Formats: sequence, structure tokens, C-alpha cells
Amino acid sequence: MDDPLYREEILDHYYSSPYRGRLDRPDHACDLDNPFCGDQIHVELTVEGDRIQEVRFDGKGCVISQAATSLVAERLEGATVQEALQLGPADVVKLLGMPLTPTRMKCGLLGWKAIQKALTPTDVAV
Amino acid sequence: MADAAAVRGPGLDVAKARGNFPPLAEEARPGVPLRYFDSAATALKPSTVIESVRECMAEYPANVHRGLHVLSERATEAFEGARARIALFLGVDDPAQVIFTRGTTEAINLVARSWGKMALRPGDAIVVSELEHHANLVPWQMIAAETGAVLRYVALNDDLEYDLDSFDRLFDDGRVRMVATTGMSNVSGVRPPIEEIVRRARDRGARVLIDAAQSLAHERLDVARMGVDFAAFSGHKVFGPTGVGVLYGKRELLEAMEPVLGGGNMVLRVERDRAVWNELPDKFEAGTPPIAEVIGLGAAIEYIESLDADAVARHERTLIDHAHARLREVEGFRLLGPWGTAGKGPIVGFTMDGTHPHDLSHLLDRYGIAIRAGHHCAMPLHARLGIPASARASFALYNTTEEIDLLAEALGSIKTMLRRR
Repeated sequence: MDDPLYREEILDHYYSSPYRGRLDRPDHACDLDNPFCGDQIHVELTVEGDRIQEVRFDGKGCVISQAATSLVAERLEGATVQEALQLGPADVVKLLGMPLTPTRMKCGLLGWKAIQKALTPTDVAV
Repeated sequence: MADAAAVRGPGLDVAKARGNFPPLAEEARPGVPLRYFDSAATALKPSTVIESVRECMAEYPANVHRGLHVLSERATEAFEGARARIALFLGVDDPAQVIFTRGTTEAINLVARSWGKMALRPGDAIVVSELEHHANLVPWQMIAAETGAVLRYVALNDDLEYDLDSFDRLFDDGRVRMVATTGMSNVSGVRPPIEEIVRRARDRGARVLIDAAQSLAHERLDVARMGVDFAAFSGHKVFGPTGVGVLYGKRELLEAMEPVLGGGNMVLRVERDRAVWNELPDKFEAGTPPIAEVIGLGAAIEYIESLDADAVARHERTLIDHAHARLREVEGFRLLGPWGTAGKGPIVGFTMDGTHPHDLSHLLDRYGIAIRAGHHCAMPLHARLGIPASARASFALYNTTEEIDLLAEALGSIKTMLRRR
């Protein structure tokens, strides 16, 4: 039985993503866990001016969490920070090309969320 | 209870028993029958339980206690009848020792907060194991932080079984006040030797709490005969509704303990600045209880009692033996816990080399097969095993060996489908 979510393109992003790895001097980074399935993701970005130069990720997890992170990385290299922050969950689902159930949504959005956090200033007064 | 009668009597007619569980007659998705291997998360409900809840809500939806009208009296009678039935099921003479909670989690929290606050002093120890569900760990961590007590872990062997020699040594300094142990691991199905643990802990003057959330659907727990101090379980894992669970406690302990929740029903008298606690069990049951759920739980226990327990145990043993035999043939299959089935319940925790459990579970769903994937609220166990997550197939009396064959075949197909190209 085939599942379009696990099509070859997605498996390629999972097994051999060109965006997997670490950067020498990242400008932004973030670690996130998905406590539901134990997925972990680490993302790093370099930014010049307002444009994202490189995105890399590292982590352990299911096909969906890792492939979705790779797809978002592919989409965001060369994009502006503004564009990255405007990218929403629906856009990630579009990149995956398949609707996700609420549980799988947590997997699919893990890397996206990490990138959002990495690009969002955190020194907020509390 | 016509449905229960259908399976009553010696032996277990699995086909007939399956007829009592409506979801098993449904398709998981169009053209694909449901193969339900997630009973350790929540068991399916027999039609007698569903009917008892419906009947309560439709025919006597009144609040219990203190009502003097006919509906309230009927509700109270059914509600307290469920308590009495559960007490008997646990081998307890006195129904007042059966406290209704929202579930196992709340029951253990009640003991940790109330008994723990009363009994624990700085340096005292609570013995737990890496097999525990978070529900039997975090409440103890919380009360330990509050009282200055510490957690001690039972050593496990490579098959994730208790090492009883090192268990004894935990008591050497005389500081262990509580042994809080699972009756059956929700990840591997390992069943610690409860009777032996209770005996050894009591010899050393420690109290024992049994987390029976997993075990009670598969084996009786005679709390009074075994001499356990506390036991906790959830309704929905024993074929009953969600939202209700039970705490059993020894009377002298429950009498000495302070309530955790204040409010209606748990008081005898309330003055402007103080209140006098009610008798057991009401002292620990503040607020309107989950009435229909308690009545449904009573029906669930009645269902279990209607079964031939030995025949169910034999069937479950057949299922677990068959699962081990078929699954070990699947390439990349790694079992968590022992291959021997004597000391384990009908749970198969596993990983598949190179495949994340979440992907497995997702793809098995395409075959109508329901398993669970994740850390199963047992993160310390997964940390010990060095894995972020695992997959779990759990069985109940309504499962068949044919269904397990389908699981093994589907795992093989998924392995092929996800191969690196």
C-alpha cells in the first residue's frame, strides 16, 4: 500500500537532505523537542541584511518532521526574514503536498516552529 | 445483561466476545476492517458498558447523595452499587476504601500529596523504577522536592525486569518509606513480581502503592490478601469509560490522611473559618463525581467478572506467544523487554531499525491497524534504552492471531516501502 505522504521526494528529503548539517557561524539557532514522539530538531541560519543566506538542520525524528524541516529550509534560503516570519502552518502543509492529521501536524511543524523561534527576538520584558 | 451472558461460562468464545465491542464491527477506513492493538492506551468498551452509561444519562440523570427524589435515589443506588462491586472485585470488604478519582494519575497524586506530606521527612526515600509511567513518577518527584525526600530506582536487568537482590539493598539504611511500582509496564508488558515486592517492602516497614493501570485488565489484584497499602487504576483501561479511576487505600491510612481537594461532599460541617471532614470515602471526593462514568465502570467490572478469567489469560498468552513468533521474523524488528512471555502481559513494545515509530504507526493506520508510537509517558525508560520513541502493539481478549499475522505482514511491507532508494 502506498501513501502519498511517503512519496519518493519526501523520503529523499528525509534520507539525504542537502540542508542537513551545521553552519560554521550561524546568526540564529534554535532547539526544539516534540514531547509527543520524542522528535528533536536543531536549526541554524545565517542572515545578511534582511535576507536568509543558509539554513541547516540537525535532529532525530520521523520522516515527516525531518522532511518538512528540509522543505522549509529549501523554501527559505534566499528569502527575506520578513517572508520567513510570514510563512504559516498552511504553507508548510502545502510544501509537504498532503494534509496532515492533528497529531502529525506536530511533527510537520516542528522544524518550521524552530525556525520561527530562531528568527524571533527573545529578549521580551516579562 | 444479555451481552455479558453471551460470553459467560467456561472458556472464551472470541468471536462472540468480539460481537460485544461495536468498533470491531466497523471499518477503520472504507474497505479496511479495524485491527485494534491499542488497548493499553484505552480498551474498547463492551455494549453493556455503553448501555449503562446511556441508561444513566437518559433515565436517571440526577446528582447523587442528599437528593430525596426518586431519580437521585436511583442514581445514588447505582453509583454506590458500582463502588461495592469494585470493592468486591479488589477483594475488599469495605466499599469506603474505594475512592473515585478522575483516573490513575489523580489517584497517585492524591497519595503523594496527602500521604506524602504526612509521612515523608528530609532524607526519606521513595522507591520507583524506570518502568514507571510518568503518572507514577512525577507526583513522587513533586512531593520529594517539597518534603526533602529522594527517589531511589530499582535496578533493572537487560530484559527490563526488576533485580530483586539490589531491590533489597535499597532498604539497607532504613530510609525507604514507600515503594511505588507498576503492576505491568505500559511499554514492554513486563510484570514485576508484585507479591514478592509487597512482602519484602512490608518486611522493611515501607508502604507499597501498586499502579495497576495496565495490569488490572489482565489479572486480578487482590489488594487485601496481598496487603498492599494503596492501589490505583483507571476505568478506561478496564473496558470502562474515561474520566473515572479508583484509589484503594488501607482504612487506617485513609483515615489519617488529609483531603487534597476541598468543597462539597467532603465535609460534615462547615463554619465560617473551619470545616470538619466527612467520613470515608466522601472525605476524598469533593464536588459532583463522574456519575455516569462510575456506573459505567461498575458495568465494566461486571463484564470482566462475567468472563472465564483462566480462559482469557490463556487466550492472551496465545496472542503474545504468536506475536513474538511472527514479529521476530520481520526484518529489523527489535523487541523491548524479554522474549520469554511468562513474566509479561500482552504488550509488545518494539522498534524497527531505520524507521521512526511515528512513521510506522501512521502507515499501519493505512491497513486499519491501530498501534501506539511515542515515548508512552515513560521517558526515563526510553532514555535508558537510548531511543527517543518506540512502537507498541497491545492486545486484549478481543484480538486474534489472524490480526497479528496482518500486523507482521504490514510491518514487512512498510519496511520495503520506506527503503532508502
